[in-house]
Amino acid sequence: MDAKRRWNPVLGHGALLLLSGLFMLPIAWMLSTSIKPDTELFQDRIVWIPSVIEWGNYYKALTTFPFWLYLKNTVIIAVFTVIGTVFSCLLPAYAFSRMRWRGQGIWFAIMLSTLMLPPQVTMLSVFLLFRSLGWVDTFLPLIVPAFFGNAFFIFMLRQFMLTLPKELTDAALLDGCSEFQTLRFIIAPLCKPAIVTVALFSFVAAWTDFLSPLIYLNDAEKYTLAVGLQYFLGRHGEQWNLLMAAATVVTAPMVIVFLIAQRTFIQGIALTGMKG
Amino acid sequence: MRWSTWKGYLFIAPWLIGFLVFTLYPILSTLYFSFCDYRVLSEPRWVGAQNYRSLLSDSDYFWRSVFNTVFMFIGVPLSIVLGIGLALLLNLKLRGQAFYRALFYLPSVVPAVASAFLWLWVLNPQNGLAAPVNQVLNQAGSGAINWFTDPATSKWGFIVMDLWMIGSAMIIYLAALQGVPIHLYEAAKLDGASPWMMIRHVTLPHISPVILYMAIIGIIGAFQYFTQTFVMTQGGPENSTLFYSLYLFQNAFQYFRMGHASAMAWMLFLVTALATFLVWRISLRYVYYEGQA
Repeated sequence: MDAKRRWNPVLGHGALLLLSGLFMLPIAWMLSTSIKPDTELFQDRIVWIPSVIEWGNYYKALTTFPFWLYLKNTVIIAVFTVIGTVFSCLLPAYAFSRMRWRGQGIWFAIMLSTLMLPPQVTMLSVFLLFRSLGWVDTFLPLIVPAFFGNAFFIFMLRQFMLTLPKELTDAALLDGCSEFQTLRFIIAPLCKPAIVTVALFSFVAAWTDFLSPLIYLNDAEKYTLAVGLQYFLGRHGEQWNLLMAAATVVTAPMVIVFLIAQRTFIQGIALTGMKG
Repeated sequence: MRWSTWKGYLFIAPWLIGFLVFTLYPILSTLYFSFCDYRVLSEPRWVGAQNYRSLLSDSDYFWRSVFNTVFMFIGVPLSIVLGIGLALLLNLKLRGQAFYRALFYLPSVVPAVASAFLWLWVLNPQNGLAAPVNQVLNQAGSGAINWFTDPATSKWGFIVMDLWMIGSAMIIYLAALQGVPIHLYEAAKLDGASPWMMIRHVTLPHISPVILYMAIIGIIGAFQYFTQTFVMTQGGPENSTLFYSLYLFQNAFQYFRMGHASAMAWMLFLVTALATFLVWRISLRYVYYEGQA
């Protein structure tokens, strides 16, 4: 029994190390390829560290497609998406958790029923709508919907608001605060962790979104990083070192955001059971 | 209406307007378009059930895309086993679990287009990470696996790639594991249960609603499969990765057959509605909310 107890942690660490190493292999391969010279790309055996480290691949990758322009476009869309999402989700979340009104239950049920709806069901008609407004080839179709609430994030914020004591709102209302002031000055500041989670998830979603920019942005000047990267593949299909350098550059900000805000990520996913 | 009711509607207005304009109206207008011949540039023209008839009799593309999508369901049980397995390992009382958890989750933050490039290269049968395996297979005489370039294995390439991005599911299982009451394990231990028996008779029954929920999400996810196949294979080789969402997209934005695309969107809506109903029935049976409902 004692021997067994001593060996259990070793087995556990062994299994975890082996499996996490396996998960890291593709990422290591991406980094390794991104610094290989053209001549060492196609070899019959696996080479992890090339004989010459070719940092120039990154420079080439960033200059053969308008990386900074696409970065700017992506950041603009992501920032507006985050602002719109946070504001348009706080109000309904407050109404679904801290207020009492007729129709609350039925609208909440309707909102929950839309949680699993794939974008493919609605995208055709939404596309035709935005096209008739003349919004194709602008950022508006990617930004404007964010200002009209998101069922996931409203649900997430509501769950958080339910955990705050009821007396907080009662006292504020007795002191003559309006519901809006109560939300603005008492509830919202207390919801900061949940708001950060919503901001983070909506930022990542906007950064990595592929389908919407693909549908709405035709002009190469307006591409986001995700769509720009896809065209890069078409033009440099065999230059794997450049492709991997470009993929690394687009991935790096997401990894940094994740490493900084790891706890927020993990708790957010666990809280709503949502797929990130 | 009472003032409190007005206020409620005022507060949910951002979402309510969004729901009416971006969800309800699209679902209804898509239903109408699905009964029309609609080429985007000309006005929609009513043709009855013709779009549905021609889709349902099209075995080369429509049924092919349904078959390919259903094939991807194989990934659902695999993802459940791997996800719970990793969650069980991460739930062991060991040092450095946050570190391992970060490593397992990291692939899930790689943007889809970047991971698409990455996997095309990793599973490149001659020069990728898959090459050494192929050398062994060749020596054994069983022939190399060509992954995305062979219709017989292309879908497996996507299944492997999906398993790599299991992060979110793993976290959800981990949260579920941590919700199992400790006293149940203690009682089982007193009764002399082995670790495997505890997993089988305590852990799994407790997290079964989560497993069921994740299975349904996985099935809907197969119908949404798009970015990877659009970037990596464009449905090929030989339509072996023509998935439901890709064919829907092609109908709408490449062939400009909005009527066909709308019919496919509406069939997808029915599948999703059924799945949502199932999840709702499950949650009625198992889940109870603390505080107000």
